[in-house]
Amino acid sequence: MSRDYILHKVRTAVGRSAGQPPDPPPEPRLRVPELSTEQRIEMFRARLESLAGRVAVVGAPSEAREYVAAMAAGKRAVASNAPFLTACGITSIPEVRSGFREPKALLDACTAADVGITSADYALADTGTLVMLSSQEEARAVSLLPPVHVAVIRRESLLTGLDELFSLVPEPDTLSSSMVLITGPSRTADIEQILVRGVHGPGEIHVVIV
Amino acid sequence: MLTGSYPRFTETLADPSLQLAIYTATGRLMDKRRATVMPEALPDYQELRNQAHLLKKHTLENLDYYLEQFQAALQARGGKVVYCKEGSEVVEFLAGLARERRAEVIVKSKSMTTEEIHFNERLAEFGVEPVETDLGEYIIQLTHQRPYHIVAPALHMTRYDVARVFQERLGVENETEPEKQTRIARRMLREKFLAADIGVSGANFLVAGSGAVVLVENEGNARMATTLPKVHVAVAGIEKMIPRAQDLAVFLKLLGRSGTGQPLTVYTSFLTGPRREGEVDGPEEFYVVLLDNGRTRLLADREKRESLFCIRCGACLNHCPVYRKIGGHSYPTTYSGPIGAILTPQYLGAKHSPWLPFASSLCGACAEVCPVKIDIPKILLDLRSEAVKAKRKDGENRVEAWSFKIWAWIMRHPRWYEAAGLAARAVLGSEDEGWLRRVPLWLRVGPLKEWLSRRDLPPPPERSFRQLWRSRLPAREE
Repeated sequence: MSRDYILHKVRTAVGRSAGQPPDPPPEPRLRVPELSTEQRIEMFRARLESLAGRVAVVGAPSEAREYVAAMAAGKRAVASNAPFLTACGITSIPEVRSGFREPKALLDACTAADVGITSADYALADTGTLVMLSSQEEARAVSLLPPVHVAVIRRESLLTGLDELFSLVPEPDTLSSSMVLITGPSRTADIEQILVRGVHGPGEIHVVIV
Repeated sequence: MLTGSYPRFTETLADPSLQLAIYTATGRLMDKRRATVMPEALPDYQELRNQAHLLKKHTLENLDYYLEQFQAALQARGGKVVYCKEGSEVVEFLAGLARERRAEVIVKSKSMTTEEIHFNERLAEFGVEPVETDLGEYIIQLTHQRPYHIVAPALHMTRYDVARVFQERLGVENETEPEKQTRIARRMLREKFLAADIGVSGANFLVAGSGAVVLVENEGNARMATTLPKVHVAVAGIEKMIPRAQDLAVFLKLLGRSGTGQPLTVYTSFLTGPRREGEVDGPEEFYVVLLDNGRTRLLADREKRESLFCIRCGACLNHCPVYRKIGGHSYPTTYSGPIGAILTPQYLGAKHSPWLPFASSLCGACAEVCPVKIDIPKILLDLRSEAVKAKRKDGENRVEAWSFKIWAWIMRHPRWYEAAGLAARAVLGSEDEGWLRRVPLWLRVGPLKEWLSRRDLPPPPERSFRQLWRSRLPAREE
């Protein structure tokens, strides 16, 4: 069997015997700087805007609803099943369809939609990144198929960066089968190094911080 | 020393627009990288490089342990691991899976490992050709070429080339705007994604403790290929392993910056097994193919083992004065540039392209920008020494050995040296043009012919240094 053959070759190559535990791996140094929520918001905004993303900071859930309603007006929108979206009243916007539990129905809705609305588990200030763990509340396709992605997040979910994320979530596999970090709109520079947005994923990304 | 076949290299040097394309693209990538790794932007850059180096070293030295840990973790999440000794096993596995699942469409995201084993062409023989979905790879696949660069596969093509390819192969209007060309590709490939039965990806990292496949990309095609089809197969070299998820805090900071000057690429996916209970989308089956294909042989070589640390960022290509002149297609296999020059002979055996380690000026730029600190110049020198030893054993380089013996003897005998200089000047004359080009035809035979075809020296002065020395100095007693 190839498995045993390869493992045997590896062991011979590095001079180890089966089952021998290794020394502990070197510890990566994770640094979490002290930043106030305001500083994190400003950092996140600056980073995401430099990537042509839009950031809106609102005081109340009702303002988030207004923002999303204005974006969805006259368009087809799909929202994930995140409880925070319902709490903000976003799922009651007339243009917004939500509550999909069937794979086929979700896929059809996302394929046809102009706007996909999600929340996010975390956001990273120093890179302008959204962290999405897929679950029954948060399907993968909503942030992927529609040409515009709107994420509505709580201000408390803003972390400083990758280091804080991995010290908070050292084992993402225990939470979900998929953790995706989204940093700005989908892009390519494959033709003559010219930047084009919206290749396969959304070409526009809006983050509403409540 | 450069003998054997070197595809495309004279054509590349003689093509001014291609030269410009390579030079600007790599130059831009160099600038972008510099802006994101300089101390103001990333103060602990050097520390991160050290950590990355040590983490890779540790993982490879205990690779059997981490491979087993990876398999156990992934199986616990419902995923399956398939070990393959070489490319043919990967192709057979995929062909079998496609047959069982009655797959008609296979979509694929960018992966150098599948390029290495000629996955697409070989799978096409079984009647299912995967569709490349990264824009650059899609264009390359339509023209039946191989990637020009590890991170920018279509770097050598202009928008007009792309327009022609799309017109001919997709039957669309002549469209030369990259923005609109991208829309065309999006439309064409969206259909494929929705129809696909199997999605194939590579892996930038495999996380042993989590059983995770980590994919780094900008377009969203890897997310599509791992979200929409019912089956996801990731094909990865065994050296992609890292111990824990938190090690990504080191590697992700280096990879995007070194490759394209991005602190993080647009999408980073951390995938562990098929969709779980309650999830509405995501694949129902999840396979990870662990490929050897020469890697265990390299692993056994303590001196050159660190070649396997490579995270495929492409920075060494962009900074290499040789790559920047001869381009990606002058290298004989999938991996080009300095990293290609050390990986190819080691994966395929030194016999495959013995000249490759010599295609370097040993300037050291590659080692300086390598995010995992692979000492590429040192490994090149080791490979050179091996190539020369192998040749000596075969008695192949007798002419060269003799030439150097004669040269050494002349250098040690001043009168002979002077006479040789006079003779050379008499035969070749003193012209403004380079004088090696003027070596008469009767001397251009055998190995000399090849040697002279690409070399030149400035013209000799009218009088040699020794002559000048004698005429200017007052007579001296010997």
